[in-house]
Amino acid sequence: MNVLEMRQITKVYGTAPNEVHALSGVDLTVEAGHLVAVMGPSGSGKSTLLTIAGSLEEPTSGEVVVNGQSLGTLSRNQRAALRRRAIGYVFQDFNLLPGLSALENVSLPLELDGVGLRRAREAGRTALANLGLAERADHFPDQLSGGERQRVAIARAVVGDRTLLLADEPSGALDSANGEAVMRLIRDACRRGVAAVVVTHDAQLASWADRVVFIRDGRVVDQTTSASDVESMLGRHPS
Amino acid sequence: MSVRHALLALLSDGAKYGLQLRNEFEARTGEVWPLNVGQVYQTLARLERDGLVAVDDAGAEGPQRLYRMTRAGRRELEEWLVTPPDLSAPPRDELVMKVLVATEIDGVDVRAMIQTHRRYLISVMQQWTKVKEDESALDLHLALAVDAELFRLEALVRWLDAAEGRLKRSKPTRRASEARPAGREREPQR
Repeated sequence: MNVLEMRQITKVYGTAPNEVHALSGVDLTVEAGHLVAVMGPSGSGKSTLLTIAGSLEEPTSGEVVVNGQSLGTLSRNQRAALRRRAIGYVFQDFNLLPGLSALENVSLPLELDGVGLRRAREAGRTALANLGLAERADHFPDQLSGGERQRVAIARAVVGDRTLLLADEPSGALDSANGEAVMRLIRDACRRGVAAVVVTHDAQLASWADRVVFIRDGRVVDQTTSASDVESMLGRHPS
Repeated sequence: MSVRHALLALLSDGAKYGLQLRNEFEARTGEVWPLNVGQVYQTLARLERDGLVAVDDAGAEGPQRLYRMTRAGRRELEEWLVTPPDLSAPPRDELVMKVLVATEIDGVDVRAMIQTHRRYLISVMQQWTKVKEDESALDLHLALAVDAELFRLEALVRWLDAAEGRLKRSKPTRRASEARPAGREREPQR
């Protein structure tokens, strides 16, 4: 089942003659349980692609479908509800609320969505425990290491029944061991059925993906498909 | 990879047979560097000649020969471990060559060519990453070998990214052969 479908997405900022075409006719489909990495240089449009996929920004034209619902047909409130329930975001700088504990940060999206406090906290504890942070639930962000803060951000993104995880340079300034840990967590979420899109310029992070999509100047120019690619590119046949 | 020193390292915890050394070598390098048994015996013969390993039962043959490391072998191994490999000269990297050559040939879409190589490198990296995905089945040697390979391939991807950026910034018609400073048309005298 496709969790995310983006069809012929364009995004234009500004007006002629100064308009900037951030995206031009991008198609992207992500199935449940799959991890797709989007790679491209700065200014290639990869972050814009992510904010449009997550309905944080509207495309100039084209259609975004999340869990079978076309975002363009939804009211503002319906879109906000879909964002809270189905979509989780992980940002480069974590974006945790400093005045809230790890547990409060993680359960906040559920509470905002009307889930009772007890149930929301329970789901929050489960998400934190899945990421090895059960002991740190009552700590505040400034009491956590960079790696722990990022894990809290991932817990917040997958808490409850989220089906789509969107991550923009999710390893941020973390070292390579923590970067790998982050990708393992995202893969674990995919094994539970979450569809994930990770935007990165880091080839090692991208290599955790089932598929890597390359974007240049607002267009998808290429992608890796399966492992058999390597054999066929070398002119060999897979044994 | 120095097979010679790898074999000495394997002998550091006791005497071993040739076949056993081959199997341990492959296991410890995560089977990233396959080694044929003939190569093992050839290397052992050289090590024996140089006095770095010894066989107690001189009459034993082939697979029956039990090798142990000598004191000189131990010293050789210890010295090898702390001697940096010579990385001062750049390797003759085929990928680098291809990109350099492509910039000299009219009608070649260098950007598209770079993307083909980038896609290939990332596909290979995806395969290596799959190897280390199951952490419970990952032994330390395999993890270290896979990491080394991933960092090596990543460096090539980063070089391609940098090359693409550099080509974009440079004038499209400018070629190495045309880029000599004025007045330097002749080869400098030696």
